[in-house]
Amino acid sequence: MSNVPNNLRYASTHEWVRTDGNGVFTVGITEHAQDLLGDMVFLDLPDVGDGVTTGEDCAVAESVKAASDVYAPLTGEIIEVNEELENSPELVNSDPFGEGWLFKMKAEDPEEVEGLLDAEAYAGIIEDE
Amino acid sequence: MNTTVLHSAHIAAGAKMVDFFGWDMPINYGSQIEEHHGVRKDAGMFDVSHMTIVDVTGPQAKDYLRYLLANDVAKLTEKGKALYSGMINESGGVVDDLIVYYFDETNYRLVVNSATKEKDINWLNKVAAPFDVNVKEQTAFAMIAVQGPHAKEKSATLFTEAQKEAVAGMKPFFGVQAEDLFIATTGYTGETGYEIMVPKARAIEFWNGLLAAGVVPCGLGARDTLRLEAGMNLYGQDMDETVSPLAANMGWTISWEPKERDFMGRLALENQKAEGTQKAVGLVFRDKGVLRAGLTVKTADGEGKITSGTFSPTLGHSIALARIPTGDGAAVGSIVQVEMRKKWVDVEIVKPSFVRNGKSVL
Repeated sequence: MSNVPNNLRYASTHEWVRTDGNGVFTVGITEHAQDLLGDMVFLDLPDVGDGVTTGEDCAVAESVKAASDVYAPLTGEIIEVNEELENSPELVNSDPFGEGWLFKMKAEDPEEVEGLLDAEAYAGIIEDE
Repeated sequence: MNTTVLHSAHIAAGAKMVDFFGWDMPINYGSQIEEHHGVRKDAGMFDVSHMTIVDVTGPQAKDYLRYLLANDVAKLTEKGKALYSGMINESGGVVDDLIVYYFDETNYRLVVNSATKEKDINWLNKVAAPFDVNVKEQTAFAMIAVQGPHAKEKSATLFTEAQKEAVAGMKPFFGVQAEDLFIATTGYTGETGYEIMVPKARAIEFWNGLLAAGVVPCGLGARDTLRLEAGMNLYGQDMDETVSPLAANMGWTISWEPKERDFMGRLALENQKAEGTQKAVGLVFRDKGVLRAGLTVKTADGEGKITSGTFSPTLGHSIALARIPTGDGAAVGSIVQVEMRKKWVDVEIVKPSFVRNGKSVL
């Protein structure tokens, strides 16, 4: 059974969102998602300064098995990407909720996060899969 | 679902299991990339007990195999010597690829793929009908491939004195029955090592002995990236019954001489050779992104397709095998285009071999 931390919010497309304060959110893919994909080999991340809209494909997580789109969980601007992943994509596998984060964004409407799934709802989704 | 005798050992080692053509087999034990590096740098092991072992014996065993196989077992004169060959159908397609071991002219052993087992057994029996031979599946063994630069010495920690003596100085592509083990210097990784047939009753003990010797258990995921780096075909993906061996980098396995030797598919192959076929090449893509099976390849001479593609853990970029039209556009060093995630990207043609003995051969 996959780990689903209680302090995070989730999209049904397997992204997690952490509230950092001041309208800033950190985004990654869940432990369940990395487990389905297998060993990561490339992360194609957005550029800092990119504007993204909820549901827009804004990054690609490519594993030995498949390439998978990552969707923006919120509308806003990309303010930082995880440069470590360039040389160490395996961090997404080994620490998906920590060092394997993908990008940080400044949300246009910080309240939008309330519309995402909580841990219990997301755990329910992956259980049904 | 079918399971091998080592199934419980895989579960104990934390394997993630998948359905591989009806067999519940390990895809990885955590990280297939770490397993891959384990084989390239040290020693790894694979449960290949799902593969089918067939013993061919009888007065006409040699005549039968000379008719069954596109390669010629008459080349085998040293006891234990192995030969790689395709079995070709009447229309010049590949029924399966296999390894045949020679013991004497009335006694051979074949190892064929698991995914095609039923079809292969039927084919072997059908072709055997006019010959005085006995074709018998051998079910007494489990099979473990131990591969990597330290595979031989780590395996030897489990060998008896007699077994050590039997394999001392054994050249590549030989097999020997030494007491209860059949030990062969074959593999599917591009590394040195053994494929070992071990009596089923001893298989778990042998596997655990290898674990204790520091051999890393590896799943089908690493097996695929290793064989692809080594430029080795996978049946069902790089060739099948609809593909000519000449278009699948298997031309070297067809013995055209002596001309008098008739063999299954010979006529069709001669026609294909005269008319020309597509050819199998290697592809490398050094940018971000992974070449995948099924993608279209555009060349100066027309379109082809990727038959196997992956990320190469050893090289750090993507590699693939592709079947493309023969011509100047298929020459080594040519640039072709592949559509990757809605974008056409430039990809370089290389010989279909990427890594040998831990090192890039590009």
